[in-house]
Amino acid sequence: MMSIVIGLGVLLVLAILYMIFRISNLVGLVKGSEGKVDPYNKINAFLFMVFSIGSLAGFFWYSYVHFDGYTLPIASNHGKITDGLFWITMGITVFAFSIISVAMFWFTYKYQYNENRKAEFISDNHKLEIIWTIIPAIVLALLIFRGLRVWNDITGPASADAEVIELVGQQFAWTARYPGVKDKQLGLVNYRLTDASNEFGLDLTDKNSFDDFKSLELHLPVGKEVLLKIRAKDVLHSVFLPHFRVKMDAVPGMITQFKFTPTLTTQQMRDKLGNPKFNYEMACAEICGKGHFSMRFPVFVDEPEVFEKWKASQDSWLKQNPDYLKRVPAELREAAMIKAGIPLDNAGAIAPVRTVSVNQ
Amino acid sequence: MATTNIHTPSDVHHHDDHEHEEHHGNFWTSYIFCQDHKVIAKQFLFTGMAWALLGGILSVIFRIQLGFPEASLEWIRPVLGGWITPEGKIDPEFYLAMVTMHGTIMVFFVLTAGLSGTFSNFLIPLQVGARDMASGFMNMLSYWFFFASSCVMFTSFFLSTGPAAGGWTVYPPLSALPQAISGSGLGMTLWLVAMALFIVSTLLGGINYITTVINLRTQGMAFTKMPLTIWAFLFTAIIGLLSFPVLFSAALLLIFDRSFGTSFFLSDIYIAGEALPNQGGSPILFQHLFWFLGHPEVYIVLLPALGITSEIIATNSRKPIFGYKAMVGSMLFIAILSFVVWAHHMFVTGMNPFLGSIFMLLTLIIAVPSAVKIFNYVTTLWKGNIRFTPAMLFSIGLVSFFLTGGITGIFLGNSAVDIQLHDTYFVVAHFHLVMGSASFFGMLAGVYHWFPKMFGRMMDDRLGYIHFWITFVGVYMVFFPMHYIGIAGFPRRYYSWTNFETFSGFTDLNMLVSVAAILTLSAQFIFLFNFIYSIFRGKTAPANPWNSNTLEWTTPLHPKHGNWPGAIPTVYRWPYDYSKPGAKEDFIPQHIPYSETPESNLPYENEQIKLELGNGGAIVVEDKKH
Repeated sequence: MMSIVIGLGVLLVLAILYMIFRISNLVGLVKGSEGKVDPYNKINAFLFMVFSIGSLAGFFWYSYVHFDGYTLPIASNHGKITDGLFWITMGITVFAFSIISVAMFWFTYKYQYNENRKAEFISDNHKLEIIWTIIPAIVLALLIFRGLRVWNDITGPASADAEVIELVGQQFAWTARYPGVKDKQLGLVNYRLTDASNEFGLDLTDKNSFDDFKSLELHLPVGKEVLLKIRAKDVLHSVFLPHFRVKMDAVPGMITQFKFTPTLTTQQMRDKLGNPKFNYEMACAEICGKGHFSMRFPVFVDEPEVFEKWKASQDSWLKQNPDYLKRVPAELREAAMIKAGIPLDNAGAIAPVRTVSVNQ
Repeated sequence: MATTNIHTPSDVHHHDDHEHEEHHGNFWTSYIFCQDHKVIAKQFLFTGMAWALLGGILSVIFRIQLGFPEASLEWIRPVLGGWITPEGKIDPEFYLAMVTMHGTIMVFFVLTAGLSGTFSNFLIPLQVGARDMASGFMNMLSYWFFFASSCVMFTSFFLSTGPAAGGWTVYPPLSALPQAISGSGLGMTLWLVAMALFIVSTLLGGINYITTVINLRTQGMAFTKMPLTIWAFLFTAIIGLLSFPVLFSAALLLIFDRSFGTSFFLSDIYIAGEALPNQGGSPILFQHLFWFLGHPEVYIVLLPALGITSEIIATNSRKPIFGYKAMVGSMLFIAILSFVVWAHHMFVTGMNPFLGSIFMLLTLIIAVPSAVKIFNYVTTLWKGNIRFTPAMLFSIGLVSFFLTGGITGIFLGNSAVDIQLHDTYFVVAHFHLVMGSASFFGMLAGVYHWFPKMFGRMMDDRLGYIHFWITFVGVYMVFFPMHYIGIAGFPRRYYSWTNFETFSGFTDLNMLVSVAAILTLSAQFIFLFNFIYSIFRGKTAPANPWNSNTLEWTTPLHPKHGNWPGAIPTVYRWPYDYSKPGAKEDFIPQHIPYSETPESNLPYENEQIKLELGNGGAIVVEDKKH
């Protein structure tokens, strides 16, 4: 009932608007206001001026007053540099933008139609054109060279002692795999070995895999270079660590990587922002399906000692899934148990592994 | 079919009777399967407008979700049915489908077919002085392939699994695996079929545009005397002809991967509890192929709009376009560079970072010709005598959007800065301003400007002003705040941000954006009313309502198939002789010989008079219909 009333109301309003339009049209015809340029020309010119001043004022006001609202604090080394480049670009572009906008809207106002004036016949000016081709070219060249250097630094090889962490994206969650404290090497994986428990597809014939452990949180050491090895199980995802200015796609079938150095622990950031509840977060930045918006992964940055302690306290994946010891070649099984931290005395108690065929 | 009749200018007038020949076709041949470029242009325009409306409505629905996440959407259940969850919210998967279809519709169906299809078709023969396109039949096919493509795409809305939902870029594996998202089922198949048909349509159209511009120019219409609109349409068609086939191959390989078990783009996938057999493919390959079209596509969309506004700004400033050669040169440069910048969409997709450096270099170079174009527009306004017709307002709006949106490209083209901004709302703001809104304004400007030629009547100016101001301010209110949201890191294509503390702010700006989007869409109904009303009841248009120089205004009010009842006018001068010192009027159309305007001729133009008089023996090539 209500919707019918609303519908009728809308129809009535539209009908009234239409009547007004018709009447004003007829009045216009009777008055014969068929001049060459109508009085609205002045109004439009004036409105451009108002728009120009209003919008620029609004832009500067909002950008200044809400600065802290739209800028994210930086928590990585390269982030300071890329943000610096961002703000240099901002300075240059806002300068150019303001001048051109003001000039354009000022011209529209100043040179609005006037019957007594004739436009000037100016078709080109080579000097002017060369100047405004060369100046942007030089400015852009400077930005390019700065950008190139920064980009090469960021994408260059990681140092040998960087903390390697694997991040795996899947619909719709992240998992992290750490190499384990004993060998500091990530074990091999094969996607055909993946099953409900072996979500990494760990290849247990590789002894580096024995002490790898899984984490549902990303723990990072402060002040130490971290090398993320990123892959995806099903579709594209993208690792996005907004505070660390890190973004890299996770691609099925290949490993991508990103290296960076966190500069502030979670606690330091909490103190800095005066927000005791602050937490770093990781998000997915590449459309991956209906849960794309929910792929939150908690991130903690700790002092290196705390980080090492946390690593040491984590059970290896093999220890959590001792069934999979059966997958380890017999001659390596004892070494695997030692490395994975499984007590040797209950070796006989291990239940036979459900046979999981690779190609189900 | 057209034959070519060669004769000398002296006997031109004896052929008049041939041109009065009219096509007394029935309804089907004169309105539906018509080969007249003007009718085909209108067909493209109407179809494009219908798509624009649908694309706009989709965006408003998902903006309601983003701006008012708590709002109940029960009221559209009658339309969307099961896509509204029992809690009265949009289904997250359908949200992605709407985002995907909004992008596809706007980029391809509205701003490619609707813009190029309408104005290239309408203006090329009229402005170069041709009876019709080189092949009227191919031109008709171009529209009907587009129509078929539209039907297929529209059908996908009615599938139980929904339309394609993997983003308008349809990156595999998401778009290849129905297990990953339901839109990748039949919806995606229809998407690919529709795009294949669409590409056929674009190629048929493009070949025609190029051929017509090169071969069917009237006497005197040298390349250097062509209006900038024609230059823009020519470059657009060439870009399209070279890049769309690459999208076709990408679509074809994706069809193979989806239906025939190949592994071009798929490798090492474990999904829904199953390891797929595909190995060795690369999703990055698809991205390369897609963006090899995708980036030139930006210019396919933008260049016609720039061409249209060049014409409108010069006409309504009553001044020659500033730097005609620089305008053509920058368009040429943009057209060439548009082919070598595609991978700036892929800086952080796992592509080799060295490639990133190269593409960053090339990308930032493209900013130079773009800047030149903006400077030229602004200088054209300088010392002009500006009439704010609705078309002029929208053209100035375009320059403003092109500036605002173009400048943020300098951030995104810089790979180091792009790391943070990639796939955030900063990108959304950037391309919606520079490509979406700018091109859309170009299209609206074109409709307002050439409406009198299309329908022989005038649109209502005042409604045009209201339409412009609401839309202009509305578009800025929609897209400007997105820059802040993007700098704050908000990722695109998110159904909701409440899962993240980092993205918990800006409910106010998101609300503002959504309100502005609703307002902007509503304003388009003013246009729609004005458009339809004026077709039937608008004031009858004068022959040359804007006192413009180009050839289309020398045709009768309602040009028949063949455009000029008599001989095609000969062209003597460039199209920008506005406010020439000494001239009686503030414009001298292209078909007025220098010998008739001794009072305003420049010294070198007086030289031309001899040539005009001395070419009695020159050969005129003229199309004749029978």
